[in-house]
Amino acid sequence: MILAIMIGILLAGGLLCWAATRWNIAVAKWIALLAVLLDLVIAINLWLQHSAASLTGSNVWFINYQANWIPSFGISFHLALDGLSLVLLLLTFFLGALGVLCSWNEIKERTGFYYFNLLWTLAGITGVFVALDLFLFYFFWEVMLVPMFFLIGIWGDTNRRYAAYKFFIFTQAGGLLMLISILALYFINGAQTGTYSYDYFSLLNTKLEPATATLIMSGFLIAFVIKLPMIPFHSWLPDAHSEAPTAGSLILAGLLLKTGAYGIIRFVLPLFPEASAAISWWALLFGVIGIVYGAMLAFAQTDIKRLIAYTSVSHMGFVLVGIFAFREMAMQGVVMQMVTHGISTGALFVLAGMLKERLHTRDIGRMGGLWTSMPAMGGVALLFTMASLGLPLLGSFIAEFLILMGTFPVNPPLTIIATLGLVFSALYSLRLMQKVFLGPVTTEIPMKDLSVREIIVMGAFTVTIVLLGIYPQPVIDMAATVINNLVVRR
Amino acid sequence: MNSLIALIPALPLIGFLVLSLAGRHLPKKASAWIGAGMVSAAAIITIILGLQFLQAPPAGDAYTQLLWQWIRTETFSCSISFRLDALSLVFVFVITFVGALIHIYSTAFMQHDRDYARFFASMNLFVFSMLVLVLADNLLLMYLGWEGVGLCSYLLIGFWYETPANTRAANKAFYITRIGDTAMAIGLFLLFKELGTLNIPEILNGAPGHFTAGSTNITIIALLLLAGGMGKSAQLPFQTWLPDAMAGPSPVSALIHAATMVTAGVYLVARMHTVFELSPVAMSVTAIVGAITLLVAGCSAMAQTDIKRILAYSTISQIGYMFLALGVGAWSAGIFHFFTHAFFKALLFLAAGAIIESLHHEHNIFKMGGLKDKMPVIFWTFLAGSAALAALPFISAGFFSKDQILWYAWSAGNGNPVLWFVALLGAFITAFYTTRLMLVVFWGDMKTHISHFPGKRMTVPLVILAIFSVAAGFIEWPHNIVHLSLFSDLAQKVLPSTTLREGVPDEIIFQFVAVVVTLAGVFMGYTLYYKNKPILEQWKTSPANRALYNFFYKGWYFDQLYDFIFVKPFVYLTRVNKSDFFDGLYKGIALGSRRINEFFSVSQNGSLRWYVAGVLFGILFIFTLQLLL
Repeated sequence: MILAIMIGILLAGGLLCWAATRWNIAVAKWIALLAVLLDLVIAINLWLQHSAASLTGSNVWFINYQANWIPSFGISFHLALDGLSLVLLLLTFFLGALGVLCSWNEIKERTGFYYFNLLWTLAGITGVFVALDLFLFYFFWEVMLVPMFFLIGIWGDTNRRYAAYKFFIFTQAGGLLMLISILALYFINGAQTGTYSYDYFSLLNTKLEPATATLIMSGFLIAFVIKLPMIPFHSWLPDAHSEAPTAGSLILAGLLLKTGAYGIIRFVLPLFPEASAAISWWALLFGVIGIVYGAMLAFAQTDIKRLIAYTSVSHMGFVLVGIFAFREMAMQGVVMQMVTHGISTGALFVLAGMLKERLHTRDIGRMGGLWTSMPAMGGVALLFTMASLGLPLLGSFIAEFLILMGTFPVNPPLTIIATLGLVFSALYSLRLMQKVFLGPVTTEIPMKDLSVREIIVMGAFTVTIVLLGIYPQPVIDMAATVINNLVVRR
Repeated sequence: MNSLIALIPALPLIGFLVLSLAGRHLPKKASAWIGAGMVSAAAIITIILGLQFLQAPPAGDAYTQLLWQWIRTETFSCSISFRLDALSLVFVFVITFVGALIHIYSTAFMQHDRDYARFFASMNLFVFSMLVLVLADNLLLMYLGWEGVGLCSYLLIGFWYETPANTRAANKAFYITRIGDTAMAIGLFLLFKELGTLNIPEILNGAPGHFTAGSTNITIIALLLLAGGMGKSAQLPFQTWLPDAMAGPSPVSALIHAATMVTAGVYLVARMHTVFELSPVAMSVTAIVGAITLLVAGCSAMAQTDIKRILAYSTISQIGYMFLALGVGAWSAGIFHFFTHAFFKALLFLAAGAIIESLHHEHNIFKMGGLKDKMPVIFWTFLAGSAALAALPFISAGFFSKDQILWYAWSAGNGNPVLWFVALLGAFITAFYTTRLMLVVFWGDMKTHISHFPGKRMTVPLVILAIFSVAAGFIEWPHNIVHLSLFSDLAQKVLPSTTLREGVPDEIIFQFVAVVVTLAGVFMGYTLYYKNKPILEQWKTSPANRALYNFFYKGWYFDQLYDFIFVKPFVYLTRVNKSDFFDGLYKGIALGSRRINEFFSVSQNGSLRWYVAGVLFGILFIFTLQLLL
């Protein structure tokens, strides 16, 4: 029930924001912030209640809530929470709250509708992370898509409509393929058992011919790797990320990409164990290509947000590699990477937003020497460029190291190429630092360093990424039972 | 268990945190006290611990301290824990003691810099990372320190970031060392795959049982680790970043790019000695890399005119000696040379920094000169450092360490006459360029006016380092002269003792040859740069000699080579594909649909004639189809 309430808070909060703008814009901001913070508190509370040790045997679910929705079609309102979902929920509300905070002064038009869309996207993401009825899952998949389309299309930058359509078409194309696969699974399972149901647990027992399994799996997989994104389906991402408003980029990079990874772990691997094992070599290959290709593109960019966007392509390549290694250690790395990439890349996008607020440009050719006037921002930027190149002491290192070390025995040559990604990441990260903060001072206007609100936002990012780097154990423990079940089942 | 160990790295870490968070609001004096104070406190704790260690060696010859479990998954676990044994003790002592002196020197050297606090924050972070590197009891934690020192090196080379050349040098250092680091990371993966652990004692104990000596896997592991070490220690072919790294402030060059960080590779090889001993190939590669590097860098040092670049090349060359020693199996000799080198090279860099400061930031030695009587403290300390670098017999620490290496290069288990000859040639070159440096800077006419003289906070550290540069060698004498081997007794608690080959000529002959060659090098420097200068001018008039000189001056054109085979193609490739090939594909699809749309829009033009024609054509088409099928 608590899960439904969490989603409800966001949906209701969104409607309230929209309504509240009639009286006062400031109220809308506060409502949005309070709604997300309330969910964050609930999620932290859930974390404290459920340590991984409280589970017995193969039961991985902390909460399992099921209510009827459309029983005649076998559709139920089935929400459940395990360690993986809980980690991702915490990330969702954490980034969500920071997203609200960094929109505080940036959004001046249609403020209420903006926060409505922001909260509804978050609600959709929350739903995706906890839904265990495939119809419901698809429903939430769409709920997170449409408001995001508006966020990009209305509050985005100059080329926003193009970016919004591109984002929509790519995601929707994948979504429709997934819908076909869901339906196919539904009917095959129904025909086998006699009871037609969209429920995850009943569909898990579907017996499929290898060829059918591969076909149905590809529907799911394509939807998820478009979100992830995997080369060559990544091309929506740089446009969407660079055109979206700051909070939009933050949520796109920090959360929407993770729904793709989550989908593969939650649905593709358990529903199609043999079929996914059969394509693992290809998945590793495409992951590795993504790592290198994304990094090379990031190196070439001159638009700061595009640059960061391509680093996401590179980093999510690690996720794909780690998932399809089917090793416990690598999978732990994947969960870690989902969290730390959300934080580190999110922080970089927020920084890019702050720079744009001050300089009115995203072109790194027109920046330089900003450390002199903004040492605090420079220091934070340094920290997160270091996170993105995988410096130890910061969380991203743990993630990438676990993935690579876990994958190495599976496929040494591809892992070695993936490891070379560490060199490439140094290339683009230091280039970013050099072009923006170092070098001769270029701007005449004195820049204002971080404000109190910005310090709070960046401080939250900083503390988490460092904590995850020196003590990642809570996340590892939380995800452990889920991962063990997943890997042992194979 | 000893709870003081963690305090050693913790103090500089606290210093870093305070300075980086609140540094801009602190007065310079407070920053100086925190920055230098934390490292000095760490040095004092180290000395206390070290004395304890020497008086009453702990069980297992190591103090350990577990802080917390870092990562634990089903198949991998790793903790934040420290281990202080004889080898790390030597390194920790050098890092904190030399580090503290350099910090004290810096409080005066950086006095007028705007970013005073940032400097000490970065320096403290460096000391912390370097201490973690040498204290780590597992390779993952060591890797943390390893990357941490790389970061600090980057930050401090590019400390004066407003000059683009400085940030370029910083980036270059980071990129090149990262390549080595990545090789090392792959080495760790392979090591973990084979042994299932990254804990150093477990690896050292487990490796001999798991691998057969000389097997492919152990060789690959050793070579990958070696590549990591070569990157950090600027050994061929990774040496190009170090001369450029001189863009940083002089204390940085002294601490990071001479005394400590660049010897991390030496530490790694020594630390993993069992792994290397299992692979004769890797041992030979280590020795050969060291030998080639010491020669190549030594040649370049002869031709430089920038005082700091001379010292940089000489550092590369001296670390080459250390690698050579490790490679032939003279473990403790390699570490001993690290120990003495740290003092005299730090001294030389600090003294050079003082000279540069006093002469309006002049780096070119040929624009210096005549400083002998004007700056006596600098002169005498620099002389002590130079004597040690040139390895003047008996009056310098460098002699005792280098003499051992020369002897073992022939006589040790993996040694051979060729390695010995190269090392000897290197000794000649070292003596020559050191003499050149000394004579050009301190003798002759004064060419630049002295603006100000270094104060006490700068000269006292110099004097202390000078004393060590002379005296640090006395703890370890050649066996055939005086029977005193305090250093190797300590080092051999961890490292294997050196085995000698059969049938090697008597050690005294080698010592005699080495002394003669060194003095010959000094004499040649004296002749060419003081007594009989025209000979050199004569020599330079020939185009072939001129080309050779330029070849050495430009560092054997390695930069140009790498630029041509790596940098240019990479930049070209990324630039060509800047707008993303795949995006082009999708744009093509979009464009195609739009064209088709336009084509069909044309048909919907409201003209009745067109529609009738269309209908008739359609009917005709269907009839034809039916007739045909």
